[in-house]
Amino acid sequence: MPVISMTVNGTERSAEVEGRTLLVHYLRDALGLTGTHVGCDTSQCGACVVHVDGRSVKSCTMLAAEAEDAQVTTIEGVATNGELHPMQAAFKEHHGLQCGFCTPGVVLGAIDLANRNTDPSEQEVREWLEGNLCRCTGYHNIVKAVQAGANAMGG
Amino acid sequence: MSSTGIGAALKRKEDDRFLTGKGRYTDDINRPGQLHAHIVRSNVAHARIRGIDTSAALATPGVVAVLTGQDMAEEGFGSLPCGWLITNKDGSSMVEPPHAPIAADAVRYVGDAVAVVLAETREQAQAAAHLVAADYEELPPLGTLEQALAPGAPLVWSEAEGNVCFDWEIGDRAATDAAFEAADHVVSLDVRNQRLIPNAIEPRAALAEYDAASGDYTLYTTSQNPHLIRLLLGAFVMGIPEHQLRVVAPDVGGGFGSKIPHYPEEVIVTWASKRLGRPVKWTAERSESFLADTHGRDHITHIELALDTEGTFLGMRVNTKANLGAYLSTFSTAVPTYLYGTLFAGPYATPAVYGDVQAIFTNTAPLDALRGAGRPEASFMIERLVDTAARELGMDPVEIRRKNFIREFPYQTPVALQYDTGDYDATLDMALDLAEHSTFEERRAEAKARGKLRGFGVSTFLEACGIAPSAVVGSLGARAALYESGQIRVHPTGSVTVFTGSHSHGQGHETTFAQVASEYLGIDADQIDVVHGDSAKSSFGMGTYGSRSIAVGGSAIVLALNKVIEKGKKIAAHLLEASADDVVFEDGAFTVAGTDRSKSFGEVALAAYVPHDYPEDLEPGLDETAFYDPKNFTYPAGTHAVEVEIDPETGHVELVRVACADDVGRVINPMIVDGQLHGGLAHGIGQALLEHGQYDEYGQLLTGSYLDYAMPRADNLPFFTLGMHNTDCTHNPLGVKGVGEVGSIGVPPAVINAIVDALSEYGVRHIDMPATPERVWRAIRDAQA
Repeated sequence: MPVISMTVNGTERSAEVEGRTLLVHYLRDALGLTGTHVGCDTSQCGACVVHVDGRSVKSCTMLAAEAEDAQVTTIEGVATNGELHPMQAAFKEHHGLQCGFCTPGVVLGAIDLANRNTDPSEQEVREWLEGNLCRCTGYHNIVKAVQAGANAMGG
Repeated sequence: MSSTGIGAALKRKEDDRFLTGKGRYTDDINRPGQLHAHIVRSNVAHARIRGIDTSAALATPGVVAVLTGQDMAEEGFGSLPCGWLITNKDGSSMVEPPHAPIAADAVRYVGDAVAVVLAETREQAQAAAHLVAADYEELPPLGTLEQALAPGAPLVWSEAEGNVCFDWEIGDRAATDAAFEAADHVVSLDVRNQRLIPNAIEPRAALAEYDAASGDYTLYTTSQNPHLIRLLLGAFVMGIPEHQLRVVAPDVGGGFGSKIPHYPEEVIVTWASKRLGRPVKWTAERSESFLADTHGRDHITHIELALDTEGTFLGMRVNTKANLGAYLSTFSTAVPTYLYGTLFAGPYATPAVYGDVQAIFTNTAPLDALRGAGRPEASFMIERLVDTAARELGMDPVEIRRKNFIREFPYQTPVALQYDTGDYDATLDMALDLAEHSTFEERRAEAKARGKLRGFGVSTFLEACGIAPSAVVGSLGARAALYESGQIRVHPTGSVTVFTGSHSHGQGHETTFAQVASEYLGIDADQIDVVHGDSAKSSFGMGTYGSRSIAVGGSAIVLALNKVIEKGKKIAAHLLEASADDVVFEDGAFTVAGTDRSKSFGEVALAAYVPHDYPEDLEPGLDETAFYDPKNFTYPAGTHAVEVEIDPETGHVELVRVACADDVGRVINPMIVDGQLHGGLAHGIGQALLEHGQYDEYGQLLTGSYLDYAMPRADNLPFFTLGMHNTDCTHNPLGVKGVGEVGSIGVPPAVINAIVDALSEYGVRHIDMPATPERVWRAIRDAQA
């Protein structure tokens, strides 16, 4: 079995896994980073979104081997020194999460949006998050949180 | 009162862990040496099992065992039980066929478990499962309710003639028939409430471990009600005493009813963990969630309303065929009866109401509770019928509702319930204001000039929540009632742990229940932890569904808090050398009335555990438990108003506005209440416009993935406009009613009423859900033809 290495949340990690291992299973099973969730098997729900080289990616839709030597950020790597990232803080402030299962993927997707646009309109947020399913919130407070978090990231 | 008490929009205590990836869901848990289970599921809807060849799978690397229904049958386990007995019109009991966790003789729906592969890795189990060869002798399948109802239809169960599980009725038939005979107008409607697939975003999972030294089992499972699973799995299926079976439902990623039932996989992993001497883990793939989670709704209903010339309701008559699927799931039979028929009166003072329900077996996934469970089915048909009646009598849909509202409470309905409180005019007025109803016709005209069709619809609905008072459901024949437990453990330094039998899977109980304790004890919510979801920690519990957590679970906590305060008064009285009758507890301190002599809550807590100076006749400790059996249901109600704009060229429906005025009783945390409303509204709008679980005539699921089943996405929904006019529930100590299901009950008929209003110029009388662009376009075309 191949050894696959990448930088995850700023730390060099490597693990020996089957070649067919998906990135999400590499993160969850080989590295124990269970904050990244699996919600579907058709790359539709977005619970597994992580950042690969700074861009949001559904980690169930790529092989771990494709992320060889990449910089990967998971939800465990978003807060720094125990302080919530502005996007995480906005989700708490605006009640943008309920059961928490879709939340890691939504937050990482939202940070990618905010990195491109710190003042997204309601429609821009809704279209950006079209690939993240949430069954709890009706998206109302997610949209509010993403707008507030993006504004905060823009300073 | 503490600033973290009742009414505060406190940020949630659970959020930090969810936002930083530290949530602990069932699939996040792994035990040393665990095996991975993959369930082999039937790919045919109805067949006899001639045999199952497991040899090829067993020869695959990593495979430890392949177990079949025959292996399980040899253990002599009980059937997966149905919790709710229904009595037929003739006094006989419903047909209750067995439900083996793994089918041994026959399969009855696509997704029925026929074997389980246990291997060292998930991938090995999955690969080997494809090599398990089941030899089926196919039988005629019934994929739809219509097929099962056809004369001479094949039978899902030979003991259920006509595929009928039960034939149940509620109300006074003779009185209702008489009301119809005397009526000036009779308006009728045929409606289909479609099948929905719940789709909590966390797939179901179960992990069991058996300790051979103690004989104890631990089961981690994605459940809304772990104690109930312990009772059903332990006492009814496997025969494990409660003290040797611990059931843990850790963080659970949404339930919506689909995580209430006791599922086959919970039995399979628990059984296999002892048999193989290793922990066993199963996690569903999403395609399994579609196939083998319980589904919701699927009713065919004929409903009639009798009116006088003024539009006053004289009588209502309902006949419903309710699909139960292939097996009776845990709550399945309660949904189209106790949670449905009892709502037939709605918020209207209709003097005579009668309905009957035939529950039907089909070769499809079992149906059970789904957000609202029975009550959305009732509100949809009633609110559609009322709108239809207004249209046919030439009345304003708002005015016909006002004419018939109940205004005096308590109100005894003709269908078993007694409403304690409500103010339906107030929420109707508020919703119309929020929706700018008075200027709607201007907007309709403006849209018309652009070639678009605007429509406005309301739904004035009522629901029964806080399930379920023993006395009421017992009178209807139920064999179980649904109380709740609460325990308050005060620690020596004055911090508090609240143990509840309710379960939070998104509702935020760790925050709201702490707020209740904060309010009563006068200490900050930061000093209060809420423990739930573990049968080894909370003494007992019935779990979370039917908007019961705060109304029933919260009430149990209040009873326990009051016991703590009463005992605290005795301790304080001793410390203050006063009579306990003279001690009052206010603002977190026990004070001798009329004096400045007092002891803080923390001082009393310490004295309770460090009893060197302590009353002789009092036990040390400050730890109290209470059970609460509700006296009645609670009755949230409100008006949801929807404005739509339809493109007649494409049939696309745009939600211009969703404005809601609700009465949910006393609010513990307004931020969380709004969030619950939003989620329910999205679920209800999903039903109205998007979602449709469909089987073909062969019993194959056509909508088995997110590519085929239309979930509401962020770009399908608008912001919601919310208003509140709350009347406190009169019979529970908090005055609360419940809020989790409001949106899914209230909004679907408002959406369809708005669409029918928009299409009224074409003479469209009704449109079934989901009102997809295709259906709307066809309705316009058919009306023009």
